[in-house]
Amino acid sequence: MHHSELIAQLLKVLAAGLLLISFAMLASRRTQQLITLFAWQGAMLFVSTCLVAYSSGLTEMYYSAGLTLLLKVIALPWILHRLIHRLGAQWDSEQLVNVPTTMMAGLALVIFAFGLAQPITSMATTITRHTLGIALAVILLAFLMMITRRKAVTQVIGFLAMENGLFFAATSATYGMPMVIELGIALDLLVGVFILGIFFFQIREQFDSLDLSNLESLKED
Amino acid sequence: MRAISYVRQFLEVVLAIAIAPLFTGWIAQCRAWLQNRSAPSLLQPYRMLRKLFFKDVALAQNASALFRATPYVLFGTMVLAAAIIPSLVTDLPLARVADSIALVGLFATARVFLSLAAMDIGTAFGTLGARREMMIGFLAEPALLMVLFNAFMLFGSTSLPSLVDGYRAHQSVVDPSVIFAAVAFVMVLLAENARIPIDNPSTHLELTMIHEAMLLEYSARHLALVEWASSLKLFNYACIGFALFLPWGIATHGADGGWPLLVAIAALLGKLVIAGAALALIESLSAKLRIFRAPEYLAMAFLLAVLGLLVHLLLGA
Repeated sequence: MHHSELIAQLLKVLAAGLLLISFAMLASRRTQQLITLFAWQGAMLFVSTCLVAYSSGLTEMYYSAGLTLLLKVIALPWILHRLIHRLGAQWDSEQLVNVPTTMMAGLALVIFAFGLAQPITSMATTITRHTLGIALAVILLAFLMMITRRKAVTQVIGFLAMENGLFFAATSATYGMPMVIELGIALDLLVGVFILGIFFFQIREQFDSLDLSNLESLKED
Repeated sequence: MRAISYVRQFLEVVLAIAIAPLFTGWIAQCRAWLQNRSAPSLLQPYRMLRKLFFKDVALAQNASALFRATPYVLFGTMVLAAAIIPSLVTDLPLARVADSIALVGLFATARVFLSLAAMDIGTAFGTLGARREMMIGFLAEPALLMVLFNAFMLFGSTSLPSLVDGYRAHQSVVDPSVIFAAVAFVMVLLAENARIPIDNPSTHLELTMIHEAMLLEYSARHLALVEWASSLKLFNYACIGFALFLPWGIATHGADGGWPLLVAIAALLGKLVIAGAALALIESLSAKLRIFRAPEYLAMAFLLAVLGLLVHLLLGA
């Protein structure tokens, strides 16, 4: 009994760490720093999934944890690093909308997410049910990050962070999705990043920058 | 029983006064190592103080009594703060006088006096430093208070010694909210002690300096006391951090005798060594922020502390 309590506590700490990283992503200016933060988020997700798998005794959770490690901690950050290296965008920084304001909005989102998760939490029976609010908050924060960013690469990182949040929500609400779906999503992500990588080059060729505000006007002149 | 606790209180204060410059020296040494320079001796701060105490005071002609009194006020407030913070033992007779909100008030008193003294002479640098110091201070203080509230919520007390007692009694795993509070606290510590993201402690002549700009008019024993007070301030902040987040080894209520005290001293020294190295590492890794970025940095510390409160309330840990 005491053992599972310890695991539940550890999961809460990891969830808090995920939320902390989400806020750090929201506030960080440099693309390279964002990728490192994304990798750390994946690592935390890996550890928490392993813990859930251990406590619930579900073998297939280990597979999805392994998939997380392979894809989100190693493969995707590596691809993104190479991508921004080839785009020459590794030292890119962008002007954000006033950071304290963004953080305030983030705080409001966290409260909203906790409120949203309350009824679900009271009905769920999993060991991780308390962290559902945090998972929702991570999703919403990634959303906010995508909204406040203007560069293509950072928007993609926001998208990936959102997927992290979804994955965490799935683990905390129902011990993860069926394996087939998870494999499908993983493949989608990988292919998505590849295709978006090609898009980056196209966008840069067209506009000489990765600023997405260029895409808002349909015609030149 | 009562007498022994006064003896311990006295011991704690004396130890704080004695090793505060050592802590500053240790950080300077770590920084030098990280920057591939040959490090100054650990005893360098003491030599500085000795040299300054033997010099003659040069006062500006229009210096008022406030200017002359401020070094003593600063040193006094920092010593009093060291007496309230449980760095070795929690059975502190003086700690009952003031809780940690009063402690924040003590730090604020020191800040106000130093700023007024800096403006007293009327040089441009002093006024500039004082204004900046007040700006940083009014942003850092709410963040520090939020960090403290975070800890109060966990154990239901505003007094640091009983917090440590409560923590030791529970022996629980870290509460998730503590992570946020700890990050926020480190940010406030760096800002309040004129450390790198906000101010550079190793500069004496730069337009960007804050703390040093206020000390430019001080000399000899006044300067020595102000320097000593600022190293005590850093030591005090480190001890608040230990009491809030790493209270292992501190002799709690009822732990009498010499052995727990020895353990507490050893634990404190060990924690100081590690914390000093960590601070030096953070400082070496980060660049100084533009002064207009400072509000952003401190707003982030404040929001993190609030987030910690929220996580604690909503996660129901």
